[in-house]
Amino acid sequence: MRWLPNTEADRRAMLDRIGVATVNDLFSDVPADVLDPALDLPPAAGEIEIERTFRELGGRNRAAGDGPFFLGGGAYRHHIPASVDALIQRGEFLTSYTPYQPEISQGTLQTLFEFQTQVALLTGCDVANASMYDGSTACAEAALMAARITRRARIAVAGGLHPHWHDTLATYFHFAGLELVPLPVAEPGCWLPDGPGALPDDCAAVLVQYPDVFGAVGDVRPWAEAAHAAGALLIVAVPEVVALGSLRSPGTDGADIVVAEGQSLGVGLAFGGPYVGLFATSDRYVRNMPGRLAGETVDTEGRRSFVLTLAAREQHIRRGRATSNICTNSGLCALAFSVHLALLGESGLARLARLNHEAAVRTAERVDAVAGASVANRTFFNEFAVALDRPAADVVAAIEQRHGVLAGVPASRLYPDREDLARHLLIAATELTSDADIERLGTALEETLR
Amino acid sequence: MSGTQRGAPDRVEPLLFELGAPGRRGVDLPEPTGAATRLGAAERTAEVGLPDLDEATVVRHYTRLSRLNHGIDTAFYPLGSCTMKHNPRLHEKLARLPGFADVHPLQPADTVQGALAVIDEMARWLRILTGLPAVAMWPAAGAHGELCGLMAIRAAHEANGEARTRILVPDSAHGTNPATAAFCGFEVHKVQENPDGRVDTASLKAALGPDVAAIMLTNPNTCGVFESDIRAMAEATHAAGAYFYCDGANFNAMIGKVRPGDLGVDAMHINLHKTFSTPHGGGGPGAGPTVLSAALAPFAPLPWVLPGEGGELRLQEQAVGPAAASFGRLRAFHGQMGTFVRALAYCLSYGRDGIRKVAEDAVLNANYLRAALADTLSPAYPGPCMHECLFDDSFLDGTGVSTLDFAKALIEAGFHPPTVYFPLVVSGALLVEPTETESRATLDDFIGTVRALVARARARGPETGGFADAPANAPRQRTDETRAARNPVLRWKPPTTCDSMS
Ligand SMILES: Cc1ncc(COP(=O)(O)O)c(C=O)c1O
Repeated sequence: MRWLPNTEADRRAMLDRIGVATVNDLFSDVPADVLDPALDLPPAAGEIEIERTFRELGGRNRAAGDGPFFLGGGAYRHHIPASVDALIQRGEFLTSYTPYQPEISQGTLQTLFEFQTQVALLTGCDVANASMYDGSTACAEAALMAARITRRARIAVAGGLHPHWHDTLATYFHFAGLELVPLPVAEPGCWLPDGPGALPDDCAAVLVQYPDVFGAVGDVRPWAEAAHAAGALLIVAVPEVVALGSLRSPGTDGADIVVAEGQSLGVGLAFGGPYVGLFATSDRYVRNMPGRLAGETVDTEGRRSFVLTLAAREQHIRRGRATSNICTNSGLCALAFSVHLALLGESGLARLARLNHEAAVRTAERVDAVAGASVANRTFFNEFAVALDRPAADVVAAIEQRHGVLAGVPASRLYPDREDLARHLLIAATELTSDADIERLGTALEETLR
Repeated sequence: MSGTQRGAPDRVEPLLFELGAPGRRGVDLPEPTGAATRLGAAERTAEVGLPDLDEATVVRHYTRLSRLNHGIDTAFYPLGSCTMKHNPRLHEKLARLPGFADVHPLQPADTVQGALAVIDEMARWLRILTGLPAVAMWPAAGAHGELCGLMAIRAAHEANGEARTRILVPDSAHGTNPATAAFCGFEVHKVQENPDGRVDTASLKAALGPDVAAIMLTNPNTCGVFESDIRAMAEATHAAGAYFYCDGANFNAMIGKVRPGDLGVDAMHINLHKTFSTPHGGGGPGAGPTVLSAALAPFAPLPWVLPGEGGELRLQEQAVGPAAASFGRLRAFHGQMGTFVRALAYCLSYGRDGIRKVAEDAVLNANYLRAALADTLSPAYPGPCMHECLFDDSFLDGTGVSTLDFAKALIEAGFHPPTVYFPLVVSGALLVEPTETESRATLDDFIGTVRALVARARARGPETGGFADAPANAPRQRTDETRAARNPVLRWKPPTTCDSMS
């Protein structure tokens, strides 16, 4: 086996050195009747065979790039520059652990410091951590953090939160003893311009998604004012981080915690993971944050250096009283995110966001022109909801099979119990959406809805 | 700033933010049309503040930074509890096939049958290797798997009308164990260890009671020894109406050799980024699939992968039908596909016979180190050990050298140090985990180095300051962690006018 360097002669010599006869003598603490069970598993395969197997398995999936593609709903298809992947595959990044020894981990530590800075700038917050698992778990952690800060146990959640994020919150809350209070729901595609309205008493936080699950965007400031007037924090959850290239930073508009799914930059679709959760807040709450933080310092020769810091918040120091149980995070995805954003820069991000928006506007105009389809949104970034004249899941299936177009995410996939949303379709467009793709979608919808 | 684009890797690399200039670009994108927007009141008016960089500068920046890191690819990395084994590049190639990397999680089921098959097949391997009937594939890492397991346990007690509040955890446990228990609304109750590094069965039995929801043990434990009394502890736990959560971070010692299901375990997470060789990437991502006993299986998180009517696979995303008792969602979508592809490729490469060689060679390597260093370092417990070996710092008595100093001296010698000061149950712990992908020659080199360092520490004596100046040849000398924590600088900030005047 190519991953096991010891030869039989090595093993023999090592057993002799240890002073035992067989390797199973080293397993003498294991009850003998359970040692070496028979395993109903296939025999070993070589590299050639494994590649064949996975090409076959992968071939049974339709890749997003195989044809026109309009899915979003919390995961977005973007172009990733080739340098990103080349750099994250450098062995020194790929095969290192959490940077516990700063003298030989400055590569990881400095890239985390840069990542934290990029996330803070994008979200308009003072500080960001070194990543969470994904957007949904970052969102749940934000709610727990707000509860810790305010010593209150209710979180008011706006209706536009992605159902998977909502359900993740609900699970965490059940076990953490928090209460999820739903706020009034807007029409799909509409943003409540005046904020949440009346808030329940004793809220730790108000949580609003931006853009919301139907793609609508609007002013965050009234939400911040309402939350703060009630002594609560405002948490803004961003499912598509590229949007922040075109949208006002929530932190600047009063959000106390901003969480986001960072998958759009550098990471790719990957059937849902690994992704990267972004987590940012203001300086005054930094000691309540979950997750790792890289900080600047100097070494004994006075050179700028980076270390993991404020670890007294974390499980390995604080154990049962830690701010979170997170240990392994999403380091390499954070690096991919950071490299992609470094390549984009200020002007590239603005342009990328603008291209996404323009592609979505063109798609919306084309779809709205189809009889039996009407775009629900007044505002949106790169995703919007369309009301169809029949169940959206059927339309998506028909268009996929007959036209080779993946037309979007039927709202029923996210809200199977909501009869009123059965005819809504979520459509996303990005810089990868061509005019020819848009025309194929329009034609497919016309032929299907006829 | 002393940053420069020239020179040796110990130079200070400028930050991205110090390298930019307006007008550079690292990505050539088409020109937007400038059409009217539909962003409403949300439209951005201020700059983000990111630097503009060209591609070559970015590539050089990260390449230079990478050279400041130690990785498994660079040299030996015996970081206990972290299982730093070789990361095969085949797996990187496979995970990047468009059929896995470029697939959206919400595509219709008939377009993702290959992805669901990978999850299903990985789940089958994990069930067979652990001897447990169900597995929740979705946890994002070990700690998330712990959460999954404890949630299933609490859900099972709740379904039984019981509100049990306590979890028994030994002091040697990894920090995530008590943190997870608290996260999940439980009280942590400590159990005692024996002088041989194992949980004291009598003290565990005495602590069991009607308010105990579960015991949470690691096996092999963080002291690197197998809990030989594990079945008795499991039986006592079950007799008290509680469940047995096993931290499976150390599954590398057992894979193919022992099935946790045969030991009475009810729930156990498996760190695919340890035992199954998926890369750690400087801190993540990982995956923490959590196997569950029959009693806990009904509570497994959503979604469930189930066979459809025509033999195809489907995702059951609602808590209805067979999944009616599920405790709900743990996260968006369905798991770490990229990690599953790598881990499954790992399994298929070893096959049923090869996979137990992993545990055998891991345990052999650890015991070889232990035997060769027993007279030089101070093993914390009598042997044999499993896949890692714990030493305390009594071998440094009188030298003035601390465990930390010794670790830094190992860095100077070109090795990544072992895990230090964990577990907490011995003084100045050094936890050495060689893994099975290291050769005897590498181990001999390490052994020789350790011997020489210990000799040097003793020869120098306490008055010379030990290894306080190590690691002299590393990219950095020792860093001022107190300063970092006291006055946290957690991001770059643009220089203010004042700064630039001075
Ligand atoms: C014994 C033990 N338990 C739990 C964990 C947590 O796993 P993860 O870092 O994947 O969350 C680790 C690893 O860090 C560990 O070593």
